[in-house]
Amino acid sequence: MKIIVNGSERETSEGRTLEGLLEERKLDPQRVAVERNGAIVSRERFAATLLEEGDTLEIVHFVGGG
Amino acid sequence: MKIWLNEQQTEIADGATLFMVRARFKPKADVTILNGFPLREDHSLDEGDRVVLIRRGERPSPQELEALMASRHTPGVHERVKRAAVGIAGAGGLGSAVAVALARSGVGRLVIADFDVVEPSNLNRQQFFVDQIGVPKVEALRENLARINPYVQVSAFNGRLDSGNIAGVFAGCDVMVEAFDGADQKAMLVETCRIRLPQVPLVAASGLAGYAPSNTVVTRRAGTRFYLVGDGETAARPGEGLMAPRVGIAAHHQANAVLRLLLGEEPG
Repeated sequence: MKIIVNGSERETSEGRTLEGLLEERKLDPQRVAVERNGAIVSRERFAATLLEEGDTLEIVHFVGGG
Repeated sequence: MKIWLNEQQTEIADGATLFMVRARFKPKADVTILNGFPLREDHSLDEGDRVVLIRRGERPSPQELEALMASRHTPGVHERVKRAAVGIAGAGGLGSAVAVALARSGVGRLVIADFDVVEPSNLNRQQFFVDQIGVPKVEALRENLARINPYVQVSAFNGRLDSGNIAGVFAGCDVMVEAFDGADQKAMLVETCRIRLPQVPLVAASGLAGYAPSNTVVTRRAGTRFYLVGDGETAARPGEGLMAPRVGIAAHHQANAVLRLLLGEEPG
């Protein structure tokens, strides 16, 4: 199925969770902020969030320094 | 007609010029500012113009000082930012510089939060002084901001921010700034603000270490009422330090994004 991640169309498998997608992209869930279809998804909901065809995700991965 | 002279509404004769006003009200003034810009030549005046006359080196009265400090602002900015409150989470390289820029801009209230004390390794990029080593950062920053602009109200929270206290500490803020050091702390603050303070625009930063080219630091919209400053990838790590210029560039991107938001403009 197709989803949109940070503005680009991506193919991902049916039944993929948000947690699974982050793992696939090698992103540490403790260092990301995720918006799904315009709504922020809290960290504790990553594992339970099942991605659906056409989902639009904005994933910001933070790096340290300030 | 009426003009604003040193922020006081003042009646002047129709057709009066800048220098005529100076001759009448402050003949010894050697700085004449019209609508935010200093002029050396005479200029015509219109109803509602803002004229500031300053005599170099003269200590203005407390009533006059605030107006004179804002006289190089773009007209109309001061009244709007004066009413605003901005929350700054973290008083390190980003937060201390954002706070200084916003205090100079005359933002009415700053809420600053940090749990740390000033230490020597902070001084390569943070807006503190050697004699403040050991002082809680929020106290040291409050002191420095008061010396820069005593008309800014500073609320300081000396403690650790977590998902349970963030909404309370920053209640009433019009814009939020994420200015932490650690990536996981940045993510925690962003998640918490966007869930608990969903109406408040948030300006975060990520990717500002080292001395890579300045123009790789950008401001972009990264979600609903969420703006991100930085190159997105240059992490502080062994071999990649944090340097005053680039941290300052990112901090000033953040401060300008805040100013734009307070003035109703899109930052990115």
